[in-house]
Amino acid sequence: MTEALTTAWEWITRAHGHLLIVDQVVIALAVVAFLARHRIRRWLQSHEAISRGFSSPFVRALLALGLIMLLGCRFNADGAFFHWSTHRDMFRSYSFFGILACGMTVVILTAGIDLSVGSILGFVGVVFAHMAIRWQWSGWLAIPLCLAIGAALGAVSGALIARFRMQPFIATLAMMVFARGLARYVTSNYKIGRNVILPDNTPFRYPNPPVFDLLDSKILWDNVHFSTLVMLGCFALTWILLTRLRVGRHIYAIGGNEEAARLSGVPTAAVKVFVYALCGLFCAVAGICFTGQATQGDPDAGFTYELTAIAMVVIGGTSLMGGRGGIGLTFLGVLIFGYLDKILSINGQGTEIRFMFTGLIIVIAVLLQRGEK
Amino acid sequence: MFPPPPLLRMASISKSFGGVPALVDAQLELRAGEVHVLAGENGAGKSTLIKILAGVHTDHTGTIELRGEPVRFLSPQEAFAAGISVIHQELSLVPPMSVVDNVFLGRERSGPGGWMRRAPQRRSCRGLLERLGLVVDLDRPVEEFPISVQQMIEITKALAFDAQIIVMDEPTSALTEPEVERLFAVIDDLRERGCAIVYISHKMDEIFRVADRITVLRDGRHIGTAPAAELPRDRFIHWMVGRELDEQIPHHTPHRGEERLVVEEFTVPDPGGRQRPAVDGVSLHVRAGEILGIAGLQGSGASELLGGLFGAFGRCTRGEVTLLGEPFIPTSPRRSIERGLALLTNDRKTTGLILGMSLTHNTTLASLPRHSPGLWLRHGAERACAARHMETLRIRATDPGMTVSSLSGGNQQKVVLAKWLETQPRVLLLDEPTRGVDVGAKHEIYELMNRWTAEGIAIVLITSELPELIALSDRIIVMHRGVITAEFAHGDVDQGRILHAAMGHREEHP
Repeated sequence: MTEALTTAWEWITRAHGHLLIVDQVVIALAVVAFLARHRIRRWLQSHEAISRGFSSPFVRALLALGLIMLLGCRFNADGAFFHWSTHRDMFRSYSFFGILACGMTVVILTAGIDLSVGSILGFVGVVFAHMAIRWQWSGWLAIPLCLAIGAALGAVSGALIARFRMQPFIATLAMMVFARGLARYVTSNYKIGRNVILPDNTPFRYPNPPVFDLLDSKILWDNVHFSTLVMLGCFALTWILLTRLRVGRHIYAIGGNEEAARLSGVPTAAVKVFVYALCGLFCAVAGICFTGQATQGDPDAGFTYELTAIAMVVIGGTSLMGGRGGIGLTFLGVLIFGYLDKILSINGQGTEIRFMFTGLIIVIAVLLQRGEK
Repeated sequence: MFPPPPLLRMASISKSFGGVPALVDAQLELRAGEVHVLAGENGAGKSTLIKILAGVHTDHTGTIELRGEPVRFLSPQEAFAAGISVIHQELSLVPPMSVVDNVFLGRERSGPGGWMRRAPQRRSCRGLLERLGLVVDLDRPVEEFPISVQQMIEITKALAFDAQIIVMDEPTSALTEPEVERLFAVIDDLRERGCAIVYISHKMDEIFRVADRITVLRDGRHIGTAPAAELPRDRFIHWMVGRELDEQIPHHTPHRGEERLVVEEFTVPDPGGRQRPAVDGVSLHVRAGEILGIAGLQGSGASELLGGLFGAFGRCTRGEVTLLGEPFIPTSPRRSIERGLALLTNDRKTTGLILGMSLTHNTTLASLPRHSPGLWLRHGAERACAARHMETLRIRATDPGMTVSSLSGGNQQKVVLAKWLETQPRVLLLDEPTRGVDVGAKHEIYELMNRWTAEGIAIVLITSELPELIALSDRIIVMHRGVITAEFAHGDVDQGRILHAAMGHREEHP
C-alpha cells in the first residue's frame, strides 16, 4: 500500500517536471483533508459557530473567491497577476457584466428572470452612439434620455409579467428578441461609428464626443477605469435599495412568498414592474458605458450577456427560487467569474478553455451553495 | 355458520404526525357490495385512514387484511395493484391529456419496445365508459370536460384496473344536482357488481341516501359502525360530536359597541372557476368588542367569505359591505388593511408567513407604510416593534433576527397575529387561528382574543373546533355550501345543532 502510494507520488512529480513546492503542498493538504474528512466533519459539528459560518452563502462565495485568487498567485504568468494593471483591466472588462448583474440580482430575488438585458444593452448602446456621434448631443441630454429608454423597455417586460401574468422567462425572452431586432432596425444593421461616407462620396470623420472621453477615462492617477466606478456605484445603489429602502423589503417578500406578501398588503404588481424597469435602467447604464469605451455603437453588443449575468448571480449564491441572496453575494460572483477568466487569459488560454472552465465553475458553485437547505 | 371474511379489515390502526396522534386504534371493515360511509368532523382522521389504505402513509401500526390475507402496502402503486382506488377531491388526472390516455396512464398496454397498442386500449375504454353511461370523445383533453365528467373518468380509470375497493372523498362537492344523481346511479351499479365503496361526505342527506353502513371517527378513534337503517340521525350526530365542552376555554365576555362590519347579500364566485359561487348571498354583522363565530365543514365557503371581504380575490365579489359606518368595496388586501381590516389566513405556511424572512421582518411586513413612511426603512423602530410583540404575545424565540421557519407552530402563529395587530385593525378576521398550535399556545391565543375585544376590536372567527367556537363566540352563524343555514346566540347552542346545520339542515333564524 505504502509502496503503491510512493510510486504514485513519484509518478506525479516526474510526469510534471516543473511541479513547484506549492503544488506539492497543496496536493498533500488535499490528500490529508480527504483522508480526514470524517474527522473534519465531526469537528465542524462540535463547533457550531464555525459550521454555521460555513453554511452561510457569503462565506462559501468568499472561500470560492479565495481559491480563485490562490490559483491566480500560483499561475501568475511571470508575475503578471501581481500587477495592478491586470486587476484594473479585469474590472474594466467586467464592469458591464457587473452592472447587468445588479439588475439581474434584484429581478431574481423576486423569483423572476430577465433574459433581455443583453439586448437592451445593445439597443441603448446604439441609440446613445447615434445621439452622441451623429447628432453631437451633449451627455447631459443623451444620458438621461437613454436611461429612460432602458427603464421603459424594462417596464414593458414588467407590465407583461405583472399585469398579464406572463411567465418572466417568456416575457423577457420576447423582449430579448424584440430589442435586438430594434437595435438592428435603427442602425440598418451597421455599426454607428465616427467615420461615415457623405452622399458626395467623401469620407467624413465626426469629432469624438467629449462624453466618450469621460466614459473611457481612467481616474485616480490612471489606476481605476471610469466604468469600474460606475459599476461600484450601481452596486452601492442596489445595496441601499435592497437593505435600506422599503421597496427592498417588498422585493424579498415577493420572492419568499408572493401570495403571503400580497395578502399582507404588498403592492406586488407595482413592485414587479419597478424591478424590471430598474433592471432595464441598469442595462442602459451598461450600454452607455459600453458605447463610450468602444467609441461606436454596435447593434450586436451584449450578445449572450444575459447568461453571464445570470451565472454571476447564481455563483454568488442568490437562489433562482427567489427571496434568498443579496447584492454582496453577486459582487463576489462577479469577482469569481472575472478573475477566473482573467487568470486563464493571462496564462494564454483561448476562449475554448475559458468557456469550459466557466461551465465547470458554475456547476461547482451551485453544488457548493446547495449545501444550505 | 361463519360469515364470509370481509373484503377488507383494518384493525388497531394508529398513526401520529410528529408526536401528535392522528389515529388511535382505528378500525374499518368493508364487505363486498356495500357503500360504507366514513364520517367525522374535520381532523377526525378520515383522510389519514384513507391514505393508509391507499399506501400513501406507510409508517403506521396495526393490521390490514384483504380478503382474509394480511397485507401491507408500501406505496400507492402497490395498493392500486391490489385493487384499491382512491378518487381524491383534487382529481389525479393529467388535464391536457386525452380521456383514453388518462384512463390508462401508467398502465399503457404496449407491445415490444414500448409500442403502444392503441386500438385495444380504446376498445376497452369505450366499453367501460358505456357501462357508466358516459358518452365522451376519447381524444379530447380531460380539462375540457366539466368536473362531474372528470370524476366519471376517474371512476373509469378505477374500473379499468378492476378496482374492488373504491374510495370517494367528497365526490359531490363540485357537482350539480343532476350530476349527483348520475353519480349515485353509478354507485348503485358498482355496488351490484360487488365493489366496496368507501364514501366520505359532510352532507347528512347524502350520507343517509347512499350508505349501507356508517363508520364514525372522532379525534382519530373509532366511535362506532352501524347499518345506516339502524342509526338514527341524532345518535349519528352524537357519535360525531361526543366531546364534552372543554371547561378550560375561557368564556368570552362581550363588550358590545357600535356596528363595525355589516355585510348584505355578499357573493364570492368560486376561485376555481366553477359555476356555483363559493359564497352565495351571505349577510352578517359584527359589533365592536364582539366575536362572531362562523362554523362550516369543508366546502362551506366560510374561508372564501373572509377572503372575499378582505379583497383577496380582487373586485369580483358582489354585495354591500359597510365598514365602520362607511360603504366599503373590497378591492385589494392593501386597501383593506388601510381601512382597518386584517385577515389571518388558515394556512400560515403558504399564505401567512414568508418563511425565509426573519421574525422582525415578518412582524412589520403588513404595517411598513406606517412604520417606515417614505422610502427608507427604520430598522430601529422595526426591531423595537418586534421586541414589543415578542413580549406581549410571549413569542419564544432566541433572537428577533432568526428566520420564522425555525420557530415552532405556536410561535409562528403568534408572529402572524403580531403582524396583523401591528396594522391596528378595527375588524380582525381570523380563519382557524389555533390550527396546528399546541395546547399551551391555544390558551394564550384565547386570552389574547379576549383582550383584543376588550380593546374594542371586532372579531370574526372561523374554527373547526366546535368547543372552541361555542365558548368564544358571542353569536354563531353556520354555513353550508356557501349559504347560512343557522344562526345561534351564545349559550343557546350545542355541538349537535351546529353540526346538523353544517351538514345542510336548515334551522329557523332566531
